[in-house]
Amino acid sequence: MIEAYQLTKYFDKFLAVNEISFSVEPGKVFAILGPNGAGKTTTIRMLTSILNPTSGKATVAGYDVVTQAAQVRASVGVLTEQHGLYERMRGLEYLDFFGRIYHLSAEYRQKRALHLMERFGLGDALDKRVGEYSKGMKQKLALVRALLHDPPVLLLDEPTSAMDPQSARLVRDAIKELRQDARTIILTTHNLPEADELADKIGVIRRGRMIAQGDFESLSTRFVGPPTMELRTVQPLNGLVQAVGDLVTVTASGDDYILYTTPTPTETNTQVLRRVLDSGVDVLTLSRKSQTLEEVYLHIVQEDEE
Amino acid sequence: MDSAAQPASHSQTNISRFGDQATWRETLQNALVITRREVRDSFRDWRIIIPIFVLTLFFPLLANFASRLFIRLFEGYGADGENMVEAFLPLMPMIVGFFPVSISLVIALETFVGEKERRSLEPLLSTPLTNTELYLGKVFAATLPPLLAAFLGIFLYLLGQILGSQQWRPDPILIVQIAALTTVQGMVMVTGAVVISSQTTSTRAANLLASTIILPMSLLVIVESIIMIQPRYRSVLWYITGGLVIVTVLLVRTGARIFNREELLGRSVDELNLRWAWRVFIDQFKGKGQTGFNLWRWYRYSVFPTLRSLKPALYTIGVAIIASFLMGWYFSTVWTLPLQDSYDNQIILNNLRDFWEQASRDPTWVGAAISQNVRVLLVASFLGLFTFGVLAILVVIIPFSILGYILGNITYAGLRVTPFILAIVTHGVFEIPAIVIAGAAALRAGSVITRPPNEMTVGEAWLRAIADMVKLGIGLVLPLLIIAGILEVTVTPRMVELAIKIGF
Repeated sequence: MIEAYQLTKYFDKFLAVNEISFSVEPGKVFAILGPNGAGKTTTIRMLTSILNPTSGKATVAGYDVVTQAAQVRASVGVLTEQHGLYERMRGLEYLDFFGRIYHLSAEYRQKRALHLMERFGLGDALDKRVGEYSKGMKQKLALVRALLHDPPVLLLDEPTSAMDPQSARLVRDAIKELRQDARTIILTTHNLPEADELADKIGVIRRGRMIAQGDFESLSTRFVGPPTMELRTVQPLNGLVQAVGDLVTVTASGDDYILYTTPTPTETNTQVLRRVLDSGVDVLTLSRKSQTLEEVYLHIVQEDEE
Repeated sequence: MDSAAQPASHSQTNISRFGDQATWRETLQNALVITRREVRDSFRDWRIIIPIFVLTLFFPLLANFASRLFIRLFEGYGADGENMVEAFLPLMPMIVGFFPVSISLVIALETFVGEKERRSLEPLLSTPLTNTELYLGKVFAATLPPLLAAFLGIFLYLLGQILGSQQWRPDPILIVQIAALTTVQGMVMVTGAVVISSQTTSTRAANLLASTIILPMSLLVIVESIIMIQPRYRSVLWYITGGLVIVTVLLVRTGARIFNREELLGRSVDELNLRWAWRVFIDQFKGKGQTGFNLWRWYRYSVFPTLRSLKPALYTIGVAIIASFLMGWYFSTVWTLPLQDSYDNQIILNNLRDFWEQASRDPTWVGAAISQNVRVLLVASFLGLFTFGVLAILVVIIPFSILGYILGNITYAGLRVTPFILAIVTHGVFEIPAIVIAGAAALRAGSVITRPPNEMTVGEAWLRAIADMVKLGIGLVLPLLIIAGILEVTVTPRMVELAIKIGF
């Protein structure tokens, strides 16, 4: 569980994070989106007790980030923006070093490191020097390091940024599994489809402020408007567009299709279907035209700019 | 994920072994985890290994050969061989030990700034290790390999001397002395490197700044060498060792204070921000929240509050001055001057009259009296800034030990003390407070980096302390010295003359 209340961070007179509040339940993934320099990394660093908030409060896994810093750091696994690996060490040796820091038993850290290395496709690189790893392999090793002590909270800064599509899929699947295991996860990313796929809740930070947060549905409705429905018919619509005009807002139409929005799709869609079928036109499909997170994100940022 | 990936209770870390709950033993164990990794990493770097290897194994052999050569050469010119051995041979192990230990500076800069530069520090900072554990772990890692190499080098050199043609049997105390000196030299360099590292983000910048350590240390080794070749004065090396221990303690204190997560991640570029520095300086000089400049308000809201905030330093200087005076007095009983044989009131009166006549003819005498004091206090302040305030105290208290010594001698000789006291007190009423204030401001400006206030960086704390020093210098010390200078030239001789004339 992570709870942040009006977290604020100044660097001298520069306001990096401005009264950010949010909470993340166990088993949930919270994606923080935002342009470079928005305050995402500073927020992660405050939640890791690396930086002290100038004001505000936060608890991570039940520990206060200021007064119980060591406990917070023992409870989180952090994938930092810069992986910061020791290039002269070998993969397994590197993990063993971090395992010792966390006081994991020799047997456990060996077993856990081997398992995670295999899990993330690094089984062949156990004894290779980290300097010889590819960029993606280094990213995976850094992620393994974050998972090594099996923390209840994961803070992942750009977890798939340097990975090829196959590796990125591997990591995304792993994050989903970790979520099922009731872990609390925060990830920051520029990859909006990834956030869409993984996040239960999304927060958008801009110039240090959390300008929007919520699940995708609520953000989409709030910033882009009601969802767009697409009705495709077998026969031409022939004036049916006007016939449903009192039920929905038609945004586009053609010979055999109509796009409309409605704030109450569950009730209205039935009525629309009934009218179309009653007029003797067969319905091919009625589907919701999905909005992408990118559209939603751009709307949010644009609205904030205005 | 299978069982290894998802244990029931998640974290396998025993949280009680970290932070405030950790025992000293656990703190040390945690630090040694860092040390082991760093040492192993250092030994994988040929840039570190080759110099250590050469300095440890080759240099002692060279030193052995060179010392034999020198002794034979001087014997050839008629020098006493035995005395030459006693004077010259102990010098070499000290040098042999210094070279490998100087590598500790390179390792320390690499360990602290190198990690910062490669951004490999953040994952470590994200672990439950405390700042102290990280700091200790890295200090040990930078100190231990070069120190062990230095001891091995010293051992090899001594072995060569003991088993070689000289058959030299060094005094065990001498070996302990050299080992202690080598150890503290290494500690000073490493702890100094940590302080330097905190002010830089690149190894290049750190290496440039490292000259501020290596140059004084090299000078110190030259001084130590001069002392070492004079067996009678070798005990002085213990004082140097003690002094270096104090410097190490101060540097550790500074390093532990500034080696923290906030400082390490807060600084991103090595930028000399002169505009910011000037703003901070002026803000402190004028006094917080003061806009414009009004002399009365400046004294009321800036100068006097600063003086009040200086209380601990004022007490320290006051106590040091009294101690110095008493020590001077004590030494007057050990080394007594034959004053009763040379003391003549008429000569003193004549001298005073000459002085008075010349001073009244030449007004620059007042300026000379003032500038002499200003010069001394400027030197004390400058030296204090770079020696944690230690040299500021020393420069300020030395005149008082001389006063104590002279007054002690006058009393011991049974002579009248009133003229002497009047010679000091008449202008000293103004001069002594000026000295105390200047000394206290310099002491704080020098020592503030060892413990800057929590909300300030080291740089800001230092700048503000320097601004306070300048403020008190201009606002109080200089006016007091001007008054003292005028009194010293115009009134003090008259007072002394009067006291002698009336036999008071």
